[in-house]
Amino acid sequence: MPQVYFTAHLRSVIARSPVEVQGADVRGALLSVFQASPQLKGYVLDERGALRQHVCIFLDGERLANAAALDAPVRRSSEIYVMQALSGG
Amino acid sequence: MADRALVSTRKGLFFFRRNGRGWDIASTHFCGTPVTLAFHEPAGGAIYAALRDGHFGPKLHRSDDNGANWIEVATPAFPLDADGKPTLKQVWALAAAKDGTLWAGGIPAGVFKSSDKGASWTFVDSLWGVPDRAKWFGGGYDESGMHSIVCDPRAADHVLVAISSGGVWETRDAGKSWQVRTRGMYATYVPPEQKSDPAIQDPHRMVQCPSEPEVMWVQHHSGVFRSADGGGEWSELHPPVSKFGFAVAAHPGRAGTAWFVPAHSDQRREPVNGHVVVNRTDDGGRTFATLDRGLPHAQAFDLVYRHGLVVDESGERLAMGSTTGGLWFSDDGGESWTMSAARLPPIYAVDFA
Repeated sequence: MPQVYFTAHLRSVIARSPVEVQGADVRGALLSVFQASPQLKGYVLDERGALRQHVCIFLDGERLANAAALDAPVRRSSEIYVMQALSGG
Repeated sequence: MADRALVSTRKGLFFFRRNGRGWDIASTHFCGTPVTLAFHEPAGGAIYAALRDGHFGPKLHRSDDNGANWIEVATPAFPLDADGKPTLKQVWALAAAKDGTLWAGGIPAGVFKSSDKGASWTFVDSLWGVPDRAKWFGGGYDESGMHSIVCDPRAADHVLVAISSGGVWETRDAGKSWQVRTRGMYATYVPPEQKSDPAIQDPHRMVQCPSEPEVMWVQHHSGVFRSADGGGEWSELHPPVSKFGFAVAAHPGRAGTAWFVPAHSDQRREPVNGHVVVNRTDDGGRTFATLDRGLPHAQAFDLVYRHGLVVDESGERLAMGSTTGGLWFSDDGGESWTMSAARLPPIYAVDFA
């Protein structure tokens, strides 16, 4: 089963990490987490369902380009990391 | 006079409490997260905090117990079919109407209503649908933003909103229809033939005199304006030091009194000669007094942003916060100021509660 790890910055809305998920791609994997933790959805996706600009996703060690991240296929053994892009001061 | 102030900063929300002659931090909230606005609803007593998490989007929280506990309520959101496919970047204005309806404005400049204290929001699509929206552009941010919502204390359906750079708009039917209200304003940042175009006016902040709601004040990108007829006609005022600035506060009971914080210019968003001053008029803008007792007289680069100046219901106590983290209070209508010892993050907004 793919596993999704969430940045510690999201602990207030997703206490558990990693989470075992179903899903053939990153979008499906995340949606299965949102079903159990609906508040999380608005932190990772905007109101149009797009990945927020300053959230980044690593899939099996590779950072995915933001625009294509949700469509990336995942394997049964995949590890998905949902992290915040570093910015600001 | 109000003994508690809500100070919204780039790195959290601070509750200040009056302590003897000074003001101290009584509690901190949302540490590390930008708080663009905190709004104390006078009638119901709730406090709302608008967060703009750089990574995880805008969020809205409400406390019903003076900040002891917060609940995350719904964030206003554009519907999927909204023209231009906008996404909300931040909540920039909050106001309560006479009937308890909560109004919110954002960046981009959408307006939203809630009748259940933020548990759910309705997008007011009529304003988003005005043809003039095509002319709106960003003022300070990449997109147009609604920073001021003025709810008529006499009539719940009567609301005016101000947009940078998208003009002033009025509804008398709770948002079903809108009329632009910028007559008398002018813009120096567009080609001359467009200077009076209503839809490109850049009010930086608009406030209303609560006891005489026909009287309104605007600090505009190109000057300072006052209306005595609810926004129908705006007269330019001529404050000393500089007519550029962001903040304005209206006296709650005296229609002739308002405060402004001049800044050097569009190109130099800092005090003139490093000297922080407040301009106050007591005669509707015919004359101004420039006040500086207790404020830095030199080497200061404090800019007071749109929501960085507020007066309490007594009309005597003011709070002023700057984007370099300076925070001052006055108990005598701005004649003299006391600086907080706290060295704060950039201040976006101050309110009393």
